[in-house]
Amino acid sequence: MEVAYKLIDKNGLVFAFLVVGVIMYLSFLVSEHLFRKKIPGVALAVFAGLILALLGSKKGIADIPLFTGMALLGGSMLRDFSVVATAMGADLSKIKQAGWAGIVGLFAGVFFSFFVGVLLAYFLGYRDIESLTTIGAGACTYIVGPITGAAVGASSDVIAISIAIGVVKTIVATIGTPLIAKAIRLDNPHSALVFGGLIGTTSGVTAGLAATDAKLVPYGAFTATFYTGLGCLLCPSLFYFVLRAVF
Amino acid sequence: MKIYGVALLAFCFLLGKLIGNYLGVLIGLQSDVGGVGFAMLLLMVSYTYLKKKGLVKEMTTQGVLFWSSMYLPIIVAMAATQNVKAAVSQGPIAIVIGVVVTLTGFLLVPLISKIGQSKNRE
Repeated sequence: MEVAYKLIDKNGLVFAFLVVGVIMYLSFLVSEHLFRKKIPGVALAVFAGLILALLGSKKGIADIPLFTGMALLGGSMLRDFSVVATAMGADLSKIKQAGWAGIVGLFAGVFFSFFVGVLLAYFLGYRDIESLTTIGAGACTYIVGPITGAAVGASSDVIAISIAIGVVKTIVATIGTPLIAKAIRLDNPHSALVFGGLIGTTSGVTAGLAATDAKLVPYGAFTATFYTGLGCLLCPSLFYFVLRAVF
Repeated sequence: MKIYGVALLAFCFLLGKLIGNYLGVLIGLQSDVGGVGFAMLLLMVSYTYLKKKGLVKEMTTQGVLFWSSMYLPIIVAMAATQNVKAAVSQGPIAIVIGVVVTLTGFLLVPLISKIGQSKNRE
């Protein structure tokens, strides 16, 4: 046991790959068989991660010596690196095709998510600008939240809330989209482009559109691809300064 | 080779972060401001440019695609290393904000679609 323990301790990152792989596998299994894909496996996996984090405190599961590698895998370096990589899926020439509808939807989506999030956080008792900014960013997606939180220097518990908000958003988008699609006239590529820009969480948008009409998925996913980048650009800079000027 | 793609990604990542950090210094923040966003923009521009020049091979693309596909597992690991205990102790704030924000987004779809469509017709 001593030997195995030492081995894992020395190869923390590799062990983290295994742990996350198992979490993802189980989450997709549960998503498929228990929820009949109504809740996406990705959302369940992130939820599982948040629950596992309860085993520790400040650094979540990485507080347990065996799982220190999780902090490296989930740390800012690899996270930002992989998020940047997702931009390749978006072709610049396609931005032109998306046209005004997608661009307006994209900016409106980030803008409204952020400021509705900030307003709600304010009513719920948050007053310091760093926490408000981070929670507003979390209302964009569960990636914009922690990246913004790290940039403005928010506390880890507020960053955790911002991730949780993003996860709730993904789940609501997945379950709610097919239910509300007719009422919001989400039945053509044009509105799907706008929808992707407004909601922004790629997994929620794709899963929600797939449940509504599979043909709409690429249009929604396309604008959603830009959402996180735009959020990461605006939230810790322009929006943060707007809040600093207001409060 | 795949490493070319990874190297291109690394270059864009570092340059984007550098811009973000300098911007941070410029506006009086000791941190990265939008570095990830700049890096994404750089990757899109450079990848499109290199592809037009015929310098991007299938393997190069795969080097970037691998890291792009790792982003979900990394997010899971990130979620598992957050201070959730402290977040949970603050009540149902995440659920309230998450639900209201998503519903707001839904309701804006027909409104923004209209603006876009009228502009497209012009």
